[in-house]
Amino acid sequence: MTIKSDLISKVLRNPRGGVSAVVLLVVIICAVFAPLIAPYAYDVQALRNANLDPSWTNWMGTDEFGRDLFSRIIYGARTSLSVAVTAISISVAVGMSIGAAAGYFGGMFDRVVTAAVDLTWSFPEILIALILIAIIGPGLNSTMIAISIAYLAQFTRLTRAQVMALKNETYVEATANLGAGHTHIIFRHLLPNALTPVIVAGMLATGDAIILEATLGFFGLGAQPPTPSWGAMMSSGTAQIFIAPWIIIFPGLAIAITVIAINLFGDAVIEALDIRNRLRDS
Amino acid sequence: MALLTVDGIRVAIGSLTPLDGVSFTLDKGQILGVVGESGSGKSLTAMSVMGLLPLIGGRVVSGAIRFDGIDLVGLAEPKYRALRGRRIALISQNPMTSLDPIIRIGAQIDQVAMLHLGLGAEAAKARSIDLMCQLRIPEAETIHASYPHQLSGGMKQRIVIAMALAADPDLIVADEPTTALDVTIQAQIIQIMVDLVRERGLALMLITHDMGVVAQACDRVVVLYAGRVAEANSVEAIFADPQHPYTRELIRCIPRHGQAPGSLKGIPGAVPSVMDYPQGCRFHPRCEAALPLCGTSVPVFERKTSGFAACHASEAVHA
Amino acid sequence: MLTFVIKRLASLVPVFLVVSMIIFMIIHLVPGDPIDSIVQIGSTPEQKAELTAKYGLDKPLIVQYGIWLAKLATGDLGEAIILRQPVSTLIAQNLPHSLILGTLALVFSTIVGIAAGAVAAIWKDGFVDRAVMGIILLGSTVPSFWLGLLMILLFAVQLGWFPVSGARSWSALVLPVLTIGFGGVALVARVTRVAMIDIARRDFVMMLHAKGVPAWRIQLQHILRHALLPVVTILSLRIGWILGGAVTIEYVFARPGLGSLLITSLNQRDYPVVQGCLLMLAIAVMLGTLIGDIVQAAMDPRVRERMS
Repeated sequence: MTIKSDLISKVLRNPRGGVSAVVLLVVIICAVFAPLIAPYAYDVQALRNANLDPSWTNWMGTDEFGRDLFSRIIYGARTSLSVAVTAISISVAVGMSIGAAAGYFGGMFDRVVTAAVDLTWSFPEILIALILIAIIGPGLNSTMIAISIAYLAQFTRLTRAQVMALKNETYVEATANLGAGHTHIIFRHLLPNALTPVIVAGMLATGDAIILEATLGFFGLGAQPPTPSWGAMMSSGTAQIFIAPWIIIFPGLAIAITVIAINLFGDAVIEALDIRNRLRDS
Repeated sequence: MALLTVDGIRVAIGSLTPLDGVSFTLDKGQILGVVGESGSGKSLTAMSVMGLLPLIGGRVVSGAIRFDGIDLVGLAEPKYRALRGRRIALISQNPMTSLDPIIRIGAQIDQVAMLHLGLGAEAAKARSIDLMCQLRIPEAETIHASYPHQLSGGMKQRIVIAMALAADPDLIVADEPTTALDVTIQAQIIQIMVDLVRERGLALMLITHDMGVVAQACDRVVVLYAGRVAEANSVEAIFADPQHPYTRELIRCIPRHGQAPGSLKGIPGAVPSVMDYPQGCRFHPRCEAALPLCGTSVPVFERKTSGFAACHASEAVHA
Repeated sequence: MLTFVIKRLASLVPVFLVVSMIIFMIIHLVPGDPIDSIVQIGSTPEQKAELTAKYGLDKPLIVQYGIWLAKLATGDLGEAIILRQPVSTLIAQNLPHSLILGTLALVFSTIVGIAAGAVAAIWKDGFVDRAVMGIILLGSTVPSFWLGLLMILLFAVQLGWFPVSGARSWSALVLPVLTIGFGGVALVARVTRVAMIDIARRDFVMMLHAKGVPAWRIQLQHILRHALLPVVTILSLRIGWILGGAVTIEYVFARPGLGSLLITSLNQRDYPVVQGCLLMLAIAVMLGTLIGDIVQAAMDPRVRERMS
């Protein structure tokens, strides 16, 4: 427990870590308490209010249907975060299981997994996601599935490498010699030790997943109207680029700020975990 | 006048002072052993002489290093660079990692003569191959065209030696040149270097943790411990009558013929980290002969009945 | 070297078979009768039956795959449902646009990225390094399509320097290349910088200093040369990433190209076109990786030895 609180204080004392933590907290609060925070409902249309400039009543202006952009961005946080976090959680869980099994048992299974991971590795996530969307059709659920599969290779590969490295360490061998079963060794020894890097990678991938979700939304393949999604909002905004550029600017800003915060926070965690001995021994 | 004089140098890296008053001299045609366990400051001493401390963020804060009348501390980098490889050469600790892995062996040796002697590519190559033959490197032409990963460790170290000799230097600093090699190769490499010194009248600063190597090769010895000089003497005298308990321990650690492997013992404990050097004599927590005084007062480096040492437990001779 | 290329090429064959099989399976995995995703809307049952026979949809899947592959080899990718043209014609029309955009973006990313990364590494922790690090952070976190839209807003709508969209002139390439390039520069600069800083700590670099080699020559002739190895690796692995960027950016700038064609067809569920586009993109990714491997082998004797 002291290790955990030590880590947290280290991350927060790092200025970038502290600032990004606050930003992330704000985004999460927006996502969770969207109905309480948003001044308007996300789907109330009022065509006579279409494409209004940002003002005191509509902080970020309104879109082409007269909906309050600020409210839609608050609700959009909910869509983006829930899709990204769910997708990556699934991806991490499945990737860890496959990677751990492959790394631990080796053999034929490992070869098949490695081949599959290598195969997907060189294909960009967006291309994998598009292939999957082509099969399962557009929509928010498809987006979630596509994202979780697109990132699967990364977590499988990472877990496998961790487990392979830990497998030969003496304490695992010792436990095996004491007659512990495979499940005991995998779940009590290998995974907890492999967990940290995979979770940090998962955190960083959540940022990428938000962008991927927005991209698919922008293509019209993700969230369908009237669900507020940062990417889809920009897509409809492209038609108004000459008269209401804020419809493009603000959702993009929301994505950029969230993703930058996630990256900085992740970096701070990596830094806090990795203590380098700077003075080289002679 | 000595070719190289190191006079009480203190080296700082950030807020730490890992080297604290190291002194010795080295004459032409002489081999000086710099001995100590890892962490005693041997490599830092080598880097100080080579002027490479800035690479690891270090600098000489006080003391002097004089080479053939040139004051090296504070020497401008272009002038220092012209000395490195030309008059002062380095043989590094690990031949496996000291060569650029994607450049042919030959080009790496040629580079030195081309840089410092202004030779063209052809002349430099001829010179390198000649040098490789002198170092008894077989099939020099073939090896000249090979890449580092195609050679054995012992062969790579010969290449590193050839690189050091390429511009005919006056001083060679060899930082644990055999540690990374097989035991059988070690003696060969040491012998090659001893022969070079004798044939060419070079000065060699041989850094090692192995008193056995010192006995085989050196004329004089400086024993370092935790960034300070513990003892200095000629090789014969230091083996005959070591003054510092640390030197005695180092001598006791030499593996002897017929000794069963595993019966070899090291010195109990470890060199303290630069972060927490003990008060007084830095060796006193590990010292068998420690007096109460040793924990509080820093022993002076002074003349003893044999050579010089910094130890409260050994009797000083006041001239 | 030739054996190396042949071996790498041979190793791509199974990859191609698996990938093409997945792409082939798209029309069979889509809910509903596969014939519905091939026939043009409003076809009579007779036409359907005829097409079912023509495409061999009544045969076992593996046979169908064989037929599909055989047709592929002759350049027959089927017929577009909505656009009512051979898919191969559509691809032939769009591919050059994507190739030009992708190649320019790749060249821009590589040159600018290596330069920025090298400058940042040499003057580590200095002002330039901080600036480059900032660009790296932005380039790897800002969604590229948003960046594209902002570029359009600023340089096309406000300043009127470049066309908003289309591909009628060379100037229409500037904003798309810069947009994709921004992310690419960030990637290449990051790898170059990290690699150079890491390599500068290696023993052989210390040895070069000890040999009296001037610092700038060590940086440019030795360290940078080494740093190019991971750069080539990452570029060959992520060449698809840049192509992926092209897919998105074409759509944003309403440029013709495989990406635009793919997204439009996906939205219209024009599956033969989707298959054709995905296949071309997959082949591009594989060829990119192959080229990367060859460049790497040319640069590093150890790789050459290991692979041949």
